[in-house]
Formats: sequence, C-alpha cells, structure tokens
Amino acid sequence: MTHSPQTDGIVAARLDSQTLAAHFDDIYPDLDPHEARVAADRCYFCHDAPCVTACPTAIDIPLFIRQIATGMPEAAARTILGQNILGAMCARVCPTETLCEGSCVREVAEGNPVEIGRLQRYATDGLLASNEHPFERAAPTGKRVAVVGAGPAGLACAHRLAMLGHEVVIHDAHAKPGGLNEYGIASYKAANDIAQEEVDWLLRIGGISIVTGSALGRDVSLAELQESHDAVFLGMGLAGVNALRAPGEDLDGVRDAVDFIAELRQCDDLSALPIGRHVVVIGGGMTAVDAAVQSRLLGAEHVTMVYRRDRGAMSASDYELDHASTEGVTILTNAMPVAVTGAGKAQAVEFAYTRSGATGLEKTGETFTLPADQVFKAIGQTLAGAPEGLTLEGGKIAVDAAGRTSVSGIWAGGDCAAGGEDLTVTAVAQGRDAALDIHRALT
Amino acid sequence: MANLTSTFAGIKSTNPFWLASAPPTDKEYNVRRAFEAGWGGVVWKTLGEAGPPVVNVNGPRYGAIWGADRRLLGLNNIELITDRPLEVNLREMKAVKRDYPDRALIASLMVPCVEEAWKAILPLVEETGADGIELNCGCPHGMSERGMGAAVGQNPDLIEMITRWCKQNTRMPVIVKLTPNITDVRKPALAAKKGGADAVSLINTINSITSVDLDDFCPEPAIDGKGTHGGYCGPAVKPIALNMVAEIARSADTADLPISGIGGITTWRDAAEFLSLGAGNVQVCTAAMTYGFGIIKEMTAGLSLWMDRKGFTEVEQVVGRAVPNVTDWQYLNLNFVTKAKIDAEKCIGCGRCFAACEDTSHQAIWQKPDRVFEVNDAECVACNLCVNVCPVEDCITMERVAPGKMDERTGKVVSAEPGNWTQHPNNPMVPAAE
Repeated sequence: MTHSPQTDGIVAARLDSQTLAAHFDDIYPDLDPHEARVAADRCYFCHDAPCVTACPTAIDIPLFIRQIATGMPEAAARTILGQNILGAMCARVCPTETLCEGSCVREVAEGNPVEIGRLQRYATDGLLASNEHPFERAAPTGKRVAVVGAGPAGLACAHRLAMLGHEVVIHDAHAKPGGLNEYGIASYKAANDIAQEEVDWLLRIGGISIVTGSALGRDVSLAELQESHDAVFLGMGLAGVNALRAPGEDLDGVRDAVDFIAELRQCDDLSALPIGRHVVVIGGGMTAVDAAVQSRLLGAEHVTMVYRRDRGAMSASDYELDHASTEGVTILTNAMPVAVTGAGKAQAVEFAYTRSGATGLEKTGETFTLPADQVFKAIGQTLAGAPEGLTLEGGKIAVDAAGRTSVSGIWAGGDCAAGGEDLTVTAVAQGRDAALDIHRALT
Repeated sequence: MANLTSTFAGIKSTNPFWLASAPPTDKEYNVRRAFEAGWGGVVWKTLGEAGPPVVNVNGPRYGAIWGADRRLLGLNNIELITDRPLEVNLREMKAVKRDYPDRALIASLMVPCVEEAWKAILPLVEETGADGIELNCGCPHGMSERGMGAAVGQNPDLIEMITRWCKQNTRMPVIVKLTPNITDVRKPALAAKKGGADAVSLINTINSITSVDLDDFCPEPAIDGKGTHGGYCGPAVKPIALNMVAEIARSADTADLPISGIGGITTWRDAAEFLSLGAGNVQVCTAAMTYGFGIIKEMTAGLSLWMDRKGFTEVEQVVGRAVPNVTDWQYLNLNFVTKAKIDAEKCIGCGRCFAACEDTSHQAIWQKPDRVFEVNDAECVACNLCVNVCPVEDCITMERVAPGKMDERTGKVVSAEPGNWTQHPNNPMVPAAE
C-alpha cells in the first residue's frame, strides 16, 4: 500500500488489495438451500398476488417461490426466466423495495417482506450454474431482425425473437454486450462477472449474433438496417450525459459518474484505480449512489453526495440511500453547485442552498464550500444521436404500448424509449413485448 | 400457586408429567438426568422376559417429517423393546427408585402371552420398588410379528386375559397401554377394564411410513435399501390421541377408568388439553427426544401459571373438564348460526380466504377493489375454512347471528331454541308429526 485514505489528490491504492477485493465482493451472498426454503416458507401464495402486479415483467412470484419451497429451484428458474430472461441480473439490481417486495403483504403487515429478490437470485443462479438452457427455438421463419443495443431491452427482445424462430443481429457500440448490466451497475452488485455469464447463457438459445463496436449512426445507419432486415428494434439506451452548466466543470478531476462506474467495472486491478481523498458526487439517482459508494469502497476519505432538491425527490430508493449512509457517504440535500474551483484542477465545489419557491427551485442566498479533489457528475443521461425521422417525446423515442415507433417497421424499448422508468426490469419487459409485436407483424 | 402433585391410579408423583416408555427411559443414566430436570415420573422402557435380549437394527431407527425450518413435526421409529439384559434394567430401576422416592417409576412390560411368562417377571419388577406396571399392548413393529405388543392390543380378549393375569399376580397397579392401530379404541379400553386394569394409557405409536427416498424408491428409515412401517409420534399425532382419550373418557363403560394421556404432548397447553379431555396425567416422549429433558420446566411452569389464572388449585380440577362438551354430531345445535367476519383493519390483503372460498368452498367472499375482501352472508355456511387459512390471527372471526335475526343464506329467522339432527324434519329417523 503506497497511499492511504488521507493522501491528498487523486491517487491509486488507498487500500490494500485484500481490502479492496473484500469491498467489491458480492454484496449479498447467495442463499443456501436451507435458507432458501425457510425464506420461501414465508410466502403466503397470495391470490392475485400484489407482487406479480408490481413486477414490470409480471413474473408469477408465488409460483416460483412455491417451487423453491418444494425443492424444485430449477422449475422456479423456468417460471422466472420465461417472463424475464435477465432474471439473474434483475434479482440483483431491481429496486425490489419499491416493486415486488414493496407490495408484499408481509411488508404491508410486518415491514418484513418475503425476500423475493434473493429467492429469485437463488433460483436463477442455480440454473445458470447448471449451464442448462431450458428454452428452444421454434421452426425458422426466414425473417431477420436487427436489434440496436445489447443491453437489457435489446437482449430480451433478441432472445424472444430467436425463440419465435427469427434470426437476430445485435449491434452494440461497446466492446462487450450487456449494456448497463456490464458497464453501468456498481461492481459489488454484479460480482463474479455475472453480467457476461448471463449474456453467454442467454445466447445459447441460438439464432442471435452480436456485432460489438458497432454504433448506430457511426458504424451502421438505420437506413442500412431497415434495408437488410425485416424489422428493427432500437434499445441503445442513453449515451449522452447532462452537463453541470457551472464554472469549473472542465477542470481536471471533474468527470461523468457513468464513465467512472464503467471504468471500475472493467478494471482488472482495483489497486491501480485512482480515487480522490475528498470526493463530491452531484446528483440524487442510482448512478450517484453507485459512484459515491464505490468511491468510499476504493478508499476515499470523505465522500459527499449532494442533491439540489429534498430527499423525497431523489430517484435513488431509500434502501440505496441507507446503504450509502452505512458505507460512510454523507448525503446533503437542497444544495446546487455554483462553481467548481481550483488552480488547474478541482480543489473545491461551491454550493448554494436551495428551497422550492413560487417559480420552482430557488437559491436561499446561503452558500457553502466542500473540499473536492474529485467531482462526479451524475445528473442524468440523455438520448444521444437519435436517428432522424423518429418522433421524439421528452427527448426520447416515442413509442406506443407495443413498442412501435412513429416509423413503420421500427420498434424501440428500454431507456431510449419514452415512458419507461429507466429500470432494467422495465427494459426487459419492453424488449420482450416488442419482440412479440414484431412477431405478430412479421408472421 | 397451583399444586401440581399428582396421584394417578394410586401412584404419586411430583407433577403429572411422566416420560413415556421409550429410549429416554431405557437406562439409569437418562432417568437420573430426567428426574434432576424435574420430571414427575418415568415409565421405564419396556422390559422383556429373562434371557438373551432382543436386538435392534443397526441402521437408522427413526424417520421424520419436518416443517420448512426443520421443525420436527412427526417422528417414527422401528426400535424394539429394551435390548439390555433384564437383570441390568431391574438393578438400575431399584437404584433410581431408592434415590428418588417421590417420583413415579413404572415398569413397562411385554412378555409372551402365557401366564407363566407374566408370573415369572412380575415378582422381579415388584422387588425393584417400582410403583406400577404398564402393559405394552401397542408396539406396532417387530414385537407384534412375534405375537406381542400391538398383536395383543388389537385383540380385546388377549388384553383382558393378560391384564387379569397381572392383577392376579402382583399388588402393583396395572396400566394397560393401548394401540391406536384399531378401529374403535373403546373396545380394548373396556377389555382392559374387564381384566381389572387400574388405568389405561394411550396412544402408542401409529403405523406409518414417513417418506420415500425417490432415488432408491425405498421407504424411510431405510435399512440397506428396505424399509418397514414404524410407529408414528410427535406433534402430528396429537389430534388423533386427543380424540381417542376423549372417546374413552366419555364412554359410559369406561368413564371411570383413569387415563394416562400420550401423543404429541410438547407444551403445557398440550398437556392441559389432554387433562381436560379426561387424562389423569400425561406422558411425553418425542418432545423430550427433540429438545432434551429441559422442556419440563416450561411444561410445569406453564401449567401452573395457567391453573393460577383459571383459579384451579389442583390438577384434578382440570381433569375431564371438557369431557361433557364432547358429544356426537347428532346432538350439535343446528340453530347455532354463525357468519365469517373479516376485520378490514387486520386484513393484510393476501386473498387466501378468497381463493379458498371461491375455489374450494361456497363462493361466499367477495374481492372488491383495492384488495378488500368481504363476506357475503347470503352464501356463507360458516365452514371456518377462511379462518383456518388466514395467516393473521383473529383477522377473520365467526360471529353468531343472534336469535331472532334472519340468516341471509336460508332466509329463515334464527331460532332461540336449540335444535339438533335428532329433531330435524330431514332426519328419516324422526317420527313424522301427527
């Protein structure tokens, strides 16, 4: 160890390798079979269960939990994956406290829901580990579909299309498939390369080829895809990031949180990854939490997450915010950045306190300054390079309930489509449902 | 504080909790530990006649069923009577009784159905200072194939015969332990009484196979790829035992026969229920085998506190208190009309009551918007299934429709007068009105 949390500046190896490895290990280890049965026994097998209604992919949760309880986790995995082919990652990243577990009758009654997320992980991890792929392809239809983006929406769409007998080609701008599951999720939530393992397992359906390093508008055009395919699904996510629009944004030490998270996920040697002593994360969503928590885990001495509105308006869940607090992140609300200051590099961020006034958010006039040798911007992503000719809505691609865009033959889903909740599980549902609509249109 | 001392069939003990004849009472070491823990008495594991003792299997003796968190719900065994020499058991019994004179020590016995065999063993047992004997007419495996145990217990004539032999050949009180593997438990109980028994004890274990290994297709417990039926006991058998105890307690022929209640007794409450249905004391085995002898402290403390709250000062005041309320179906009041009522405050919206009623019963529960569940009195027959499947205690209750009010299901006014099947017009046995 060459540095400590107290070393000034942005430096690597603040913690020894063993500590780093422990910090970025699987945050919630898998249930063992006995724990799973005990957890499953708590499910009441509700009639018309609220958890199913709350699940964007409508997994039959009471059924799969009952299948675990009766010693058939493989059957449980089929129940889950039949609705949500990315069930293993969703079990890790879904905000279950606001979805299935949040609506569990035992949460309502006791504040202690059935551990649906962990049970889902138990079932799906077991199936992935067994390397069994329980789905088969229908007879070939002779139709070819292009999918843009190998993230949750694109993969779910591709898998369902392949099942239905179509040939699928996925174009993805990154070097690896997986989208945000591979590049945009905190490492401790997707330990042991689970995102790639899941993609590899998913592709065993057959009939799907992936072209990596192929960005829409740069390496391939929408017109080309339309020309050579019977349908196109757009699921390329949000590649753009919002700017701070404050002086000093260009100073060294200021960067987008999504880049930091992606770099960390792809990093083979965490002790070589530099991090600041005083880290300030600006934003109130999941990206901000992932950046802040991982800064602490890398050894940053002080990490402060600052959001311009109040806590209730943060898009990060209470559960995630509590986790951040536990990891030593200081959460400040009702403060907006005024300027990043420093000589040649970031040294501090000046904030103005805010309150909601008659015309929206207004400054109170009071300010404060936080020392900051590193600043992460996590104030939202935007659709970058939307193909021309598609109607947009709120900066995203407008779609109908079946995922159809304004252009015939083109469907869209996931974060790039309007109306979603920017959740992995929502993207999976939209990709799956678009595939079903594409199938109807092509056959 | 309630006095828990017990006198059962003339046998005194410091409390009404005895350990049943079984592995926990097979030798001095265990029994001394039991008495130190506070047990009121033991029925020493069944002794056989002198000579080479029986042998047990050397593979597993027990099978089980469990709840999700491995809570032991039912146990079965294929163990036989004691496999230790008779003289060793007798010597140890004598030593224990000498050191614990205030505790009950009963010898369980099983010898062949010839009078000489009983005449031979009874003086040996008497000599130990044992307080009584219990005739094992219930062991359902192994010994029954040799004409003993349940083979005797399933034949009332044999029960009467060996009971009489014992009464004629010993001064000790004779308790006859009954098997549940029969059609009408009142018959062997009556046979025991006719033979002069001082008491009966029941139930012995129930013929059972706990599970099947689905890889080897072999019943459990498996011995080298084969299995056999064993005797089932533990919490799962309690309802069967309660009924059998009550049947003997309320039968005019046997109502005065003391009963030692056995079958799944795990807590003070189980014991209180057995006592109230006519058991003069209780015997425990599986609970001790599951948790150790320390459970006696919960049982005595719980029973004592409950008796204090109820104003009972002696165990005898509890014994048989529920017996008058056990009746035949035909005497149940058909004019007692109830309806399920769901407490909206307590309801957590799981909908199990709805699924149970809609799929398997009377379509008497409505699911209204926002997962509100309500009972439709016009369909509710008061079956109680919704109460039983509801995960929330006291969320669904059965409320009586007051006499004079209309039962919305039948459209008839509820009568204030009790009326039962023996008086019902649909009963073909009821004489037609003139």
